[in-house]
Amino acid sequence: MSLPRPNLPPALAALLWLLMPLALVLAPHALHQPLWISLSWLAFALLRVHTARTGRQPVRRALKMLLALAGVAGVLLQYGTVIGPAGGVALLTYLSGAKLLETHTARDRLGLLFVGCFLLVAHFLDGQSMMTAGYMGVAAIALVAGMIATQSPTGTLSAWRPTLALATRLMAQALPLALLIFLLFPRLQGPLWGLPQQVAAHAGLSGQMSPGDISRLILSDELAFRAEFAGPQPTPRQLYWRGPVLWDFDGRAWHTTPPPRAAMPEATGLGAPVRYSLTLEPHQQRWLPLLGLPVGLPELPGNPSRLGIDLQWQGRDAITQRLRYEIEAYPDYQLENGIRAMDGAPTPALRARALALPAAGNPRARELARGWLEHAANEEAIVDQALALFRSQPFFYTLNPPLLGESAVDDFLFRTRRGFCEHYASAFVFLMRAAGLPARVVTGYQGGERNPLGDYLIVRGRDAHAWAEVWLAGRGWVRVDPTAAVAPSRVERGIAAALPAGERPGGLVTLEGAWLRPLQLGWDLLNNQWNQWVIGYNQERQRQFLASINPLLAHWQSMVWALGMGGLLIVLGISAALWPRLASVCRDPASREYLRFCRALARCGLPRGAAEAPEDYARRVLSRRPDLGNEIKRVTRLYLAARYGPGDDATQRELRAAVASAVASTRPGHRPPAKLDASPPT
Amino acid sequence: MPTAALPYLPWRKPAVESGPLRLTSRRLYILPTRSGLVFALLLFGLLLGAINYGVSLVYLFTFWFIGLAVVGMLHTHRNLSGLVLRASATAPVFAGETAGFKLRVENPSRLRRQRIGLRHALAWGAPGDLAASGETVLELPLPQAERGWKTPGRFAIHSAFPLGLFRCWSVLELDWGVLVYPRPAAESLPLPAPEADDDTGHTPPTRGEGQEFIGLRGYQPGDATRRIAWKASARGSGKLLTKQFAGGATQHLWLSWWQTPERDVEGRLSRLTRWVLDAHAAGLAYGLKLPGRAVSPQTGEIHLRQCLEALARHGQT
Repeated sequence: MSLPRPNLPPALAALLWLLMPLALVLAPHALHQPLWISLSWLAFALLRVHTARTGRQPVRRALKMLLALAGVAGVLLQYGTVIGPAGGVALLTYLSGAKLLETHTARDRLGLLFVGCFLLVAHFLDGQSMMTAGYMGVAAIALVAGMIATQSPTGTLSAWRPTLALATRLMAQALPLALLIFLLFPRLQGPLWGLPQQVAAHAGLSGQMSPGDISRLILSDELAFRAEFAGPQPTPRQLYWRGPVLWDFDGRAWHTTPPPRAAMPEATGLGAPVRYSLTLEPHQQRWLPLLGLPVGLPELPGNPSRLGIDLQWQGRDAITQRLRYEIEAYPDYQLENGIRAMDGAPTPALRARALALPAAGNPRARELARGWLEHAANEEAIVDQALALFRSQPFFYTLNPPLLGESAVDDFLFRTRRGFCEHYASAFVFLMRAAGLPARVVTGYQGGERNPLGDYLIVRGRDAHAWAEVWLAGRGWVRVDPTAAVAPSRVERGIAAALPAGERPGGLVTLEGAWLRPLQLGWDLLNNQWNQWVIGYNQERQRQFLASINPLLAHWQSMVWALGMGGLLIVLGISAALWPRLASVCRDPASREYLRFCRALARCGLPRGAAEAPEDYARRVLSRRPDLGNEIKRVTRLYLAARYGPGDDATQRELRAAVASAVASTRPGHRPPAKLDASPPT
Repeated sequence: MPTAALPYLPWRKPAVESGPLRLTSRRLYILPTRSGLVFALLLFGLLLGAINYGVSLVYLFTFWFIGLAVVGMLHTHRNLSGLVLRASATAPVFAGETAGFKLRVENPSRLRRQRIGLRHALAWGAPGDLAASGETVLELPLPQAERGWKTPGRFAIHSAFPLGLFRCWSVLELDWGVLVYPRPAAESLPLPAPEADDDTGHTPPTRGEGQEFIGLRGYQPGDATRRIAWKASARGSGKLLTKQFAGGATQHLWLSWWQTPERDVEGRLSRLTRWVLDAHAAGLAYGLKLPGRAVSPQTGEIHLRQCLEALARHGQT
């Protein structure tokens, strides 16, 4: 099928310039909007194209009203609201389709393209990846091309290339101003009205640990957070990113209900503190990863947070947006409280909770622990006994453990002996509690991958980990990682090294030595920069960045000043670059030659009058300089022929030669050729 | 379509100018269009959204669109800046017709200029484009109701290209005008009887010239077709020849102010205009007598124009 493109009716061409950018903007919305909205938009568009092609009268007014009302009702049924990000965007998408039916003038089309701008920007409420931004940049150029097309109603489709080029140029020229405003526009804290509720389910540590939870996480390459240390990076053995602390065991799963009361932990830092900043991906949970004992907690914008007695950091609200915070903390510390009260005796309630076990189940494990308690010299010896058990017996670290029966701990310890961190942590804490030592499970992340390009740590789902804490008299809560006893490399070198070769999941196989590695790391670096400089450019980061340029800039008044001055400079710069250079030289070659001739005569004191016609000028000059008669006549004749006659190349060449000889003859001291002298006067 | 004229600062009332004039920044006004104001409202809404949701890319794209509007404004201004305007001769029209005022626009730069239009309180002209270093003629069609020398008054040259968010314009008044002939009387009356100059009283020939053939001459524009010697022309070198007659030159058709059945000034002028046109169409030699002005009998296009101009300017200086 061949399209008769050159003969496209202007109304249809104008319509296509409207439909194409809008479709480009709406396509990604269609991915998460109900199908009926996309289908009705498509139907409206096709109907409009049909009426434009046939030139038939568009749809009746009453029907259009009915269609609009149907859309409002449909969105209300679907979303329960017509305002807010989801419902509002859905309604606007639908109405932009319905409006197509009564789009006739250039102003109508321009208005619809404005709606397109709005719908384009609305995408960023769903995601702000580099890919999204790139796609939307292209879509924005298409919208601008559509806006240009509304200004030239005829023949626009055949001129698609210059139109797109102009749109690209406009957007490129707009970029410096956009970046300046982006950097300097003072960011405000907190929302002006209610924020949308995010309903995205997210993989992540959830404050509950049942078998298989963490192994699922380990298989995921999904980014958890990035961390950058101001000074030297702690050793891998110190890199325990603390997440939810689990106190209660129901025989199968670990959880914490209700959380222990909040109080500043009674703890002392050991050694020197480290400073690090952490960029947390939204994980839809309230807890925040924490390395070491913090010196002070950072303010989270619009989300007051607190530190629990078990050193678990929690916000009031779930983390639904990427969050960046800076912390100073002691990697090594002594965490005392929670068990021992002021007078030195353990707080009974918490102690009981840290010792609680289900009434029945796992008899062999209980018996083993009781045996340790009877024979051990002190508490440390019990811990050593347990770790020795893991080390000496044939325990394996694997992501595919066999199914465990009713008494999961017994099964694991005495039968299967295959498992990963959560099995080890769970069994270890069970043994400790059975032996009378207060213990708890801590989940979080361990390690992370260092990106040498940006010198920061990338922590992913696969770095999820579970370990144990035991309360020892005189030492407080001590971290014990039973997994390290079985697979030391898990802690030292990461998950990929700890797993048996055949078991490394796809994402992990390429981890070491593969040629893709630098690419992956470079891509992650780019993403990290993007997150920090574009997406994470909030009030705090803005102040920090501007203060690093000039401390004066950290106040909003000076930002506004700088914005005004910088904006003025950029606008002046662009307008200077855009200023039309008016042609000072004559564009017509014949005129150029003739002007050269006139200048030569002007040097002889015979300038041409402003409104003097060439022939009048020639007569006047002739009367004053009869010696130049032939040249003047020849040049004038040729100039008139070249400029106003058919004017071929030969005339042009002849004129150039004539002017050259005429200019030469006007020079002082020039002797006219003898031939002219000899010719008899006529 | 009647449109409102574009405004200008009251203390910079445009004076009547002649000759080529250049659109410098001093002459140019620029303001947002209605669509531009809507766009500003949209940007404000987007900015509120960005602040509320704290979404960086909403900020970025909002600012990008702001930058776009600013750059678009500069482009719109540039689209008119530096153009050189010259009034062109406007063909005379009859009252009741539309005169096309022609403005020659020259682009002295290497930029393409697009979608430049003329606007007047009563009408607007179709927009035109200018190639790099090119020129074009923009036409302002203004309906003319009355005869005489009519000047269009103030008009604006304007453009909203490329985005339609801003309109740049300049309000001008040029010393140009159009000659509007009187509206020819609607009903055709027979021409008045020719009169002899020497008052002999006998019936004059209606040819307007003598009937005695005296020879041939080369065709001149304006010669009546019935006087072309077709056979002689065909025999000759391919040039048209006109038959010349002599004798009876003393008798002429005079179209006179005092002969018209109408009594009011415009009615008389209308009638005379109709007669002049009819006489010209018939190829007659005719003269025109108006109070204080007479055009001696002649034929041809130039004579016609002279007569019509005399009628148009009657009573005016």
